[in-house]
Amino acid sequence: MRLDRGPIRAAADAEHPGFVLRDETLAAGIDFVHHRASFDPKIAGIEPHVAALGASVSVTDFDGDGRPDLYFTNSRFGEPNALYHNRGDGTFEEVAASAGLADLNKPGEGVSMGAVWGDFDNDGREDVLVYRYGYLALFRNVDGHHFEDVTEKAGLRRWVNSNGVIWLDYDRDGLLDLYVTAYFRSDIDLWHLTTTRIMHNSFEFATNGGKNLLFHNLGNGKFEDVTDKMGVGSTRWTLAAASADFNGDGWPDIYLANDYGPEELYLNDHGRRFVLSTAGLESESKSGMAVALGDAFNRGRLDAFVTNISERGYLFQNNNLRLNEMPESRRFRNVAEGAIADAGWAWGAQFGDLNNDGANELFVANGFISADPNKSYWYAMSKIAGANGRFFEDAATWPPFGNASLSGYERAHVYINRGVAGWVDVAKQVGITHTYDGRAVALADLLNRGAVDVIVANQNQPAVLYRDYPDSTNHWIAFKLVGTRSNRSAIGAEVLLEAGDLRQRRIVDGGSGFASQNDRRLHFGLGAHEWVDRVVIYWPSGTQQILLRPAIDRLDTVTEPSR
Amino acid sequence: MSDAIQAPAQERNALERWWERLSRIDPRYLIAFLITLVLVAAQLRYHMLGSYDRLVLALGVCLATEALLSWFDRGKVVNLLSAYISGISLTLLIKPQGGALWPFVLGGFLAISSKYVLRYRGNHLWNPTNFAISALLLAAPDRVSILSHQFGNDVTTNLVIWAFGLIIAARVGVIHITLTYVASFLLLNSVRAVALGMPVLPEIAPITGPMYQLFVFFMITDPRTVVRGRQRQIVVAVLIAVMETLIRFGSDKGWPLPTAFNAAPAILALATVGPVAKWLDLRTLASKSTG
Repeated sequence: MRLDRGPIRAAADAEHPGFVLRDETLAAGIDFVHHRASFDPKIAGIEPHVAALGASVSVTDFDGDGRPDLYFTNSRFGEPNALYHNRGDGTFEEVAASAGLADLNKPGEGVSMGAVWGDFDNDGREDVLVYRYGYLALFRNVDGHHFEDVTEKAGLRRWVNSNGVIWLDYDRDGLLDLYVTAYFRSDIDLWHLTTTRIMHNSFEFATNGGKNLLFHNLGNGKFEDVTDKMGVGSTRWTLAAASADFNGDGWPDIYLANDYGPEELYLNDHGRRFVLSTAGLESESKSGMAVALGDAFNRGRLDAFVTNISERGYLFQNNNLRLNEMPESRRFRNVAEGAIADAGWAWGAQFGDLNNDGANELFVANGFISADPNKSYWYAMSKIAGANGRFFEDAATWPPFGNASLSGYERAHVYINRGVAGWVDVAKQVGITHTYDGRAVALADLLNRGAVDVIVANQNQPAVLYRDYPDSTNHWIAFKLVGTRSNRSAIGAEVLLEAGDLRQRRIVDGGSGFASQNDRRLHFGLGAHEWVDRVVIYWPSGTQQILLRPAIDRLDTVTEPSR
Repeated sequence: MSDAIQAPAQERNALERWWERLSRIDPRYLIAFLITLVLVAAQLRYHMLGSYDRLVLALGVCLATEALLSWFDRGKVVNLLSAYISGISLTLLIKPQGGALWPFVLGGFLAISSKYVLRYRGNHLWNPTNFAISALLLAAPDRVSILSHQFGNDVTTNLVIWAFGLIIAARVGVIHITLTYVASFLLLNSVRAVALGMPVLPEIAPITGPMYQLFVFFMITDPRTVVRGRQRQIVVAVLIAVMETLIRFGSDKGWPLPTAFNAAPAILALATVGPVAKWLDLRTLASKSTG
């Protein structure tokens, strides 16, 4: 299969990537700093490791003013989450407290690990599910400014040590369902441990993690646990999930990035059940951290990029760029080579056309724990990483962390796709300077100007907003989808754009990457193309809608046809 | 009564006959069988290879280099079992950055050519695989790392490999080297942990990993590079463990060692102690023969 198709190759190269990313965090009024959790002293020796997650960012337009807002989670008791309302002039105001979404990190309730937005009651306002090491929390958007905690009423008050939740409509009934990933077992309260045997029992084949959960939206404000009925209760230490119709049968499937184990693909059998597929994912066991979906080579398919761990001299797990060949061969094919395979200790990642040339770039956040730069935990980690699982299932037997770093001070990577010439990292050229411990990455056109801005939530460190400045000569088009028969947020809708020899597919995001969610609006770069031939929208309901020659360099709102 | 007495005797005879039969097999075939067993278990159960092209390349380069150099050096192609063992060891032990294949090509070439180039009095000094991996880790830590996978989270695979390994090591006559090294490793690293106020378990845990199984059954027991005499072999095994403990001590203390020493202390310990011991052994032998 050729991977150099499309009009886009050779337009961008390492010296002329065609865009610049500028850190405009403070100018935008974003001053969010994540604080990590603190747990039971029984696991103090490896607390930096156990508490190394929780910085998340999700994009929403909670007040429906047409401008994307940002929600960041915090992970220490008493530290508030932050909801930044987009004023539309390049600045934000923090309104989490007045919205009722700030004070979510409390003893007995848990600490936030992330949030996903979706209109679960189809009232036209985006609601939010906050996942924690602790109880899930569902908030209904009351009036575009205030949120009501409806967790109990919805039947979702469950203790789950979760690092990821996605919205999807698995049975295509027009109501958003929830898939909740679990990391530590759900009977573990990290503040009141009855045992220190809480860790994974293998670095490559662990199955003693928390059980993932699927909740079916019943439509009356309540959700029903259908995990066992649908067969999706993996216990593989899942860190991230994403959903799309990978095999083209019209039903959304679920892709899991699992820490300490191979990735998993659950194929949706007509909404009746999920079947764990052997799609070539089981042959490599790594440390899946995030799964990003995007059309990597303009084939009109959604491929999967899964981040992993690499540390020079110690470990090269290598990231996976898995080409979706499900429709023809029922498999994904890993084509990650060279620079894209090694992004250090990689976390959140997202595909987005940052230079508007028609091809996706790939932004990868990385770095695990930045502490004393002169002390590395890698040597200590190497002692137990190859050993039998019984040695490290008990947190008390791990070498104490002290003030050591573990793959700390790593700079984010920004890869441009040069087709057969491979991906090349242009982070330095485009202006990435920080070496924070990146976790979540979300993309959004924050000023509705045809440019994809990048927001990064950093662990125990400040969040960063990189404003994107693409070449002004390139064209673009964007769509906001509104479901009618499908869920109102249109989550799961896929859009295939065709402009001459350019093809590009995107999906409305119900949560992807690591602990993140992109703007639900879909942005397509067009390069030099001055028109779009047609756009095909695959709505979650099964409806296909075709738009011919839509106007470019603008955002269009498209409502799902009633029939 | 007499039947009851005869039965164990018959069993013993059967065992003895089996052991005798085993003894008639060329040791290299037994070692080749064991490394093949490790390879099959590692791949079928744990997908440890990464890809089959690595195996084909490493094996191909090892076999071709051995055939070519032996023909050039001795005028005939030698038995290729040793190259086969090196090729499989390299495939399992090398983990490259970004799926690169060149480390398997270069590693295979380095391993086999070292036998023909780095010689003293007609003998090579380094275990070929050990030399190649050490060279790659030292020269290209940004591109190559050592195997850090587990054999799963149960003990079954470990036990099978240890059982076959010990039987074959006994048959080949090197079990004392394996056991001495393992005992020394456990003792010295426990002492190190206690002396430094560290928990003991993480310090002895590495010995349960597959990297160490390959190390104790295929590297330090390589019949061509061990010294002569059981006692000397035991002393050298202890010295390798001492050197490894010293390297680990240095890593504990944050000495500015090359990453290879931190990541693969056992490999580097053998690479430094083994050739010196072999050189001294050969030198002593030469002195005796000339004296």
